[in-house]
Amino acid sequence: MKSKIAKISMAAIAVIGLSASVANADTLSDTKAQGYLKCGINSGLPGFASADSKGNWSGIDISVCRAVAAAVLGDASKVKFTSLNAKERFTALQSGEIDLLSRNTTWTETRDSSLGLNFAGVNFYDGQGFMVHKSIGVKNAKELNGAAVCVQSGTTTELNLADYFRKNGMKYKLVAYDSNDQVVKGYESGRCDVITSDSSQLYSLRIKLKNPNGSMVLPNIISKEPLGPVVRQGDDKWFNIVKWSYAAMVAAEEAGITSKNVDSMLKSNNPTVKRILGVEGKLGENLGLSKNFAYNIIKQVGNYGEVFDRTVGMNSPLKIKRGLNALWTKGGLQYSPPFR
Amino acid sequence: MAVYDKIETREAPSSSKGALHWLRENLFSTPLNSAMTLFGIAILFWIIPPFINWAIINANFAGSTRADCTGDGACWVFVKEKMSMFMYGFYPEADRWRVNLAYALFFVVIAAFKLLRKSGLKIAIATMYFIVAFILIRGGFFGLDMVETNKWGGLMLTIVISAVGIVGSFPIGILFAFGRASNLPIIKSVSVTYIEFIRGVPLITILFMSSVILPLFFPEGVQFDKLLRALIGITFFQAAYIAEIIRGGLQAVSKGQYEAADAVGLSYWQKMLLVILPQALKVAIPNLVGSFIALFQDTTLVLIIGLFDLLAMVQLTGSDSHWLGFETEGYVFVTIIFWVFCYSMSVYSKSLEKRFNTNLK
Repeated sequence: MKSKIAKISMAAIAVIGLSASVANADTLSDTKAQGYLKCGINSGLPGFASADSKGNWSGIDISVCRAVAAAVLGDASKVKFTSLNAKERFTALQSGEIDLLSRNTTWTETRDSSLGLNFAGVNFYDGQGFMVHKSIGVKNAKELNGAAVCVQSGTTTELNLADYFRKNGMKYKLVAYDSNDQVVKGYESGRCDVITSDSSQLYSLRIKLKNPNGSMVLPNIISKEPLGPVVRQGDDKWFNIVKWSYAAMVAAEEAGITSKNVDSMLKSNNPTVKRILGVEGKLGENLGLSKNFAYNIIKQVGNYGEVFDRTVGMNSPLKIKRGLNALWTKGGLQYSPPFR
Repeated sequence: MAVYDKIETREAPSSSKGALHWLRENLFSTPLNSAMTLFGIAILFWIIPPFINWAIINANFAGSTRADCTGDGACWVFVKEKMSMFMYGFYPEADRWRVNLAYALFFVVIAAFKLLRKSGLKIAIATMYFIVAFILIRGGFFGLDMVETNKWGGLMLTIVISAVGIVGSFPIGILFAFGRASNLPIIKSVSVTYIEFIRGVPLITILFMSSVILPLFFPEGVQFDKLLRALIGITFFQAAYIAEIIRGGLQAVSKGQYEAADAVGLSYWQKMLLVILPQALKVAIPNLVGSFIALFQDTTLVLIIGLFDLLAMVQLTGSDSHWLGFETEGYVFVTIIFWVFCYSMSVYSKSLEKRFNTNLK
């Protein structure tokens, strides 16, 4: 989907962005002064950012905004959400319209190095996967030789698909559609045996099927899409705050602190727990926050595992497995640097 | 001298009246027409019963969760559950009376317009209304809580955008139309350049400009509201089209009118506002309303810059993971709302034309 114009405008944004990002360098005091966090989000992506019938935002990306608000302002509800499309998201960050971008943004070298951005972590390891009809009896993507594959045209998904099949010496028949909804219809009407898309998408596409239980998502992931929160370059203090707000959620899961037991954990003898919750040491103060910033995050938003289960995981309609997003102790990639 | 009996008026022969005649005349007059009629009926049969089955007979109306959607038909429970999002977006529930009051006042103003004659008074009332509506909806004055524009959404936002677009573009468009018809070279060339430039660019480009490029040029710390930027873009875009429509109207006014106004010693503005413009507008009404209807529909483009108008609301509500897969119902519902609004505008335009059609009375 990348046209020449897009590239040129990206370059222009990069140049202007770099020159503009240096000036406004005290995001922390600005945020404290205005009393709310300016957070840029997706305008509707199941499990990541969506609004319920009352207009309350929720999702795994939203939780990062709320966590930072809880850390900085002590109140997870003090967030002003600005929904952004894919093209304007970086401009909004550079121009100061938002101070934190949590919008399923893939961490890539180009973005990190030339757009004046800093990625503060990875809150969801996504990647391209496959969904098949259970009836065809395929358990692994390597068995898909000769399959008809439905895909949304014009995306990198299509290219990854071609690479994967060529690499493994398999043949496939491409059935391309303009939108995801058409992909679902094509799959249901039997035009193809397989849908490929980002795995987080596959789960929400699966719910749209008439019979969701007749299909399954294969375990193979064929591309890397690390999604994470982004801040402007040039304000290292703010970068640290976002990085450690997120790390606190992961660390809390590692240490077994949840939103329910966090109050009793304050009395824990475990030194790690004591440091995370600010009972001991002054880790929060070093960041320019209060001592109990992690307590606020865990109490009001929850640890990473709770957030994952609630928004995209087993307690949500999407039922995405932890997979790569499990803790490192459980075979995943979520890992917090030590709190000390 | 011959005497003629008076022949009583007789009824038309049965072959040239009644339903049968109408059918023959209008639907089956030639073999080609007959074929087209049958073809049309076939298409209707093909489309309408399945639609009714889907929309009414097999549809679910009662309930409040996704589990209540059982049939093969539409699930209107989705629309019912998301109704407040479709209507008000994120506008706080406790403050929605303010939006409703603004709607209600609108009808009061329309009623007042029917009673009042003086156009100066009308303009004053309309201006007052816009100030009051702005204060009501945005708040921040007189103890009303401020509701920031990122919470505006749904039908309410669509109405705000199109109302501002229509009302704002109208005077600007008139000025540019005057400018283009002017004899002063600088004013004329500025107007022509503006109009031709804007008309040569799609609205979507202007919206992107306003949301992506513009913020980079503002000095550090200056934040322009996203909605405001879009409103300015839409207003100036629409103004170019209005200008051309009104220019068409100006050209339809005969030269004698200009000369007569000059002859009685009216100044330029008196001439234009009191003599020429009223006649030009009368001619331009159908096109103006056509353009306003187009604008009302074009406001849906704001979804690409992350504003949640009525159409974007369908996407947003469809991404609620508890309600996945009901976009179709949302789109049908939104289609109906758009149709109601556009058709009302069209009917209003017809009544305006009738009222101002002084020539043919």
